[in-house]
Amino acid sequence: MSETNHVSKSKVHGLWALTNRELKKWYKAPVVFLLTIIQPVLWMGLLGKAMNIGAIFNTSSIQLPSLNPPLTPQQLLQLGSFFGGLQSQIMQSAFNTTDYFSFMAVGMIAFTALFTTMFSGMSVVWDRRLGFLNKALSTPVSRAAIILSKVLSATLRSMFQAAIIIVVAIAFGLHFGANFNPLNILGVFGIIFLICMGLSSLFIAINIRSTRIETPMAVMNLINLPLMFASNAFFPINFMPGWLQAIANVNPLSYTTDAVRQLLIFNTDYAKLAFDFAYVGIFALVLTVIGIVLSWRFLNK
Amino acid sequence: MSENVIETEGLTKVFNKHLTAVDHVSFSVKQGEIFGFLGPNGAGKTTTINMLITILKPTEGKASVLGFDIAKQNVDVRNVIGVVPQEYTADEDLTGLENVLLCSDLYGIPRNVAKERAMELLKLIELTDFEDKKVETFSGGMRRRLELACGLINRPKVLFLDEPTLGLDVQTRTATWNYIRKLKKEYGMTLFMTTHYLEEADALCDRIAIIDHGKIVVVGTPEELKHSLGGDIITLSIKENSDVSELIRTVEHVKDVKNEDGSYRIKAEYGEVTAPFIIEALRRKGYTVTKLMLTEPTLNEVYLEYTGKSMRDTEESREAFRAQRITMRRARQ
Repeated sequence: MSETNHVSKSKVHGLWALTNRELKKWYKAPVVFLLTIIQPVLWMGLLGKAMNIGAIFNTSSIQLPSLNPPLTPQQLLQLGSFFGGLQSQIMQSAFNTTDYFSFMAVGMIAFTALFTTMFSGMSVVWDRRLGFLNKALSTPVSRAAIILSKVLSATLRSMFQAAIIIVVAIAFGLHFGANFNPLNILGVFGIIFLICMGLSSLFIAINIRSTRIETPMAVMNLINLPLMFASNAFFPINFMPGWLQAIANVNPLSYTTDAVRQLLIFNTDYAKLAFDFAYVGIFALVLTVIGIVLSWRFLNK
Repeated sequence: MSENVIETEGLTKVFNKHLTAVDHVSFSVKQGEIFGFLGPNGAGKTTTINMLITILKPTEGKASVLGFDIAKQNVDVRNVIGVVPQEYTADEDLTGLENVLLCSDLYGIPRNVAKERAMELLKLIELTDFEDKKVETFSGGMRRRLELACGLINRPKVLFLDEPTLGLDVQTRTATWNYIRKLKKEYGMTLFMTTHYLEEADALCDRIAIIDHGKIVVVGTPEELKHSLGGDIITLSIKENSDVSELIRTVEHVKDVKNEDGSYRIKAEYGEVTAPFIIEALRRKGYTVTKLMLTEPTLNEVYLEYTGKSMRDTEESREAFRAQRITMRRARQ
């Protein structure tokens, strides 16, 4: 009956086509592409350089009260280096590095991943409203491929942005950890891949039934910043009030950020790093499965 | 195999356990015909199509497309059908060719075959000059043709068209239908379509089904349907406020009278002869006829006969409404 219906039997046909469709919308639109590059740089500049926490502890701007008898120049110098040492010790104990910019710039990576994956939830709603979703559903493409393409494209975008952040952070003066090895960068991409898989599955599952674009926007506004600030991205967890610590300690973004810091700027603590990977890995696996199962159910009404 | 390409039996879809959108619908579509599906908004047209193209699961009943069960063999169905949705689904940021190739990837068609087919299709719909232009620059008619190309990339045996000319101007509608006819001839498909434009349905469809409140009220060729009305339609109004349906019914050759808010819709044989008798009968009882209109049945009359004249102010899903609005807006670009 069907003489020339060339149909591939592979389950993943169309996955790359759908992923590429999402990516093309991004890299073929120069303005959008440029903005995704500028955005992390801007945030990094604002949060990293403007919120220069290290400067708070800088003693050179503090006028010491005049003492009687006055300090000798030598004593003054000693005192100066004492306070200087104190500053870096405070920084070291609080942030595990003497450079707040390095601390924050790396936190930026998780922040960007969060933002980018949220848009995967929105694109589901758009596809539904514009009829593309139904169109795709009427073709033999696997339902899982429809969902996975969204997850994958958000993940690839985030990884690209992470690369930009790392490059820019280095240009702005990122201090690498003592035992940094260029191969660690691969580890960074690994952890970003995992967190993005998890997060975008989560946002897609939230929005899969939604028909209005307002829903994902509201969800984004509601959970975006709390999720970000209840993590160690900008500020160490042990300085937070107890209830916030409790949230930050289960927030996968904390573990992502910690992993990236261990890999780039800290003296790598391999036990912690392994735990970070395990935690984010399980988060990604569980949410991807939940996301796909839920989507599958709603796509097969 | 039977020559019926689509067969449904007691096909039913119930949403949220109590909203019956499609209610035990049974019909069949023959090989090679153009089958039109008409009905008011919310009558169940789109729900029926969505079940046939396997994106909705029926609550009850059975249907098959080319012998494949829509519920159990949905992937087989998807491989042999083409779908041209009501919406403009082509991606604005991609070019015409890229969009067609994207569709081919969804069917898993190898790239070399897909390219060849895409070029052939673009040539048939005369978009070859625009294959490298982004869709955002396309007019409504061009977008519609592009949707056709996407729906045909897998060489379907059955093509489903949901409101293929919604929002297009008359010239573009005519042209679009010429393309559809051309493609049908080229590929020898069976067409299943819904439309609101009854004159289009009349001119194009081999057979028509009218659906209302989720049920099929009548199926037949446009000629049969017009004939089934059993004569002409006389519409008249009287000055007085009383109901004169019974009185009109006593006139010879009058077959049916409906009072629709003071305007009477009379079905009568030999309308031009019967009308004067009706006026006379009314005048004798002291009523004054203020308006009278005689119409030979068109598909419009058939449609109104079976679905009633009252407007449907039913609550329509926001989703459907919004989709339609987007479609209209893009069509007018």
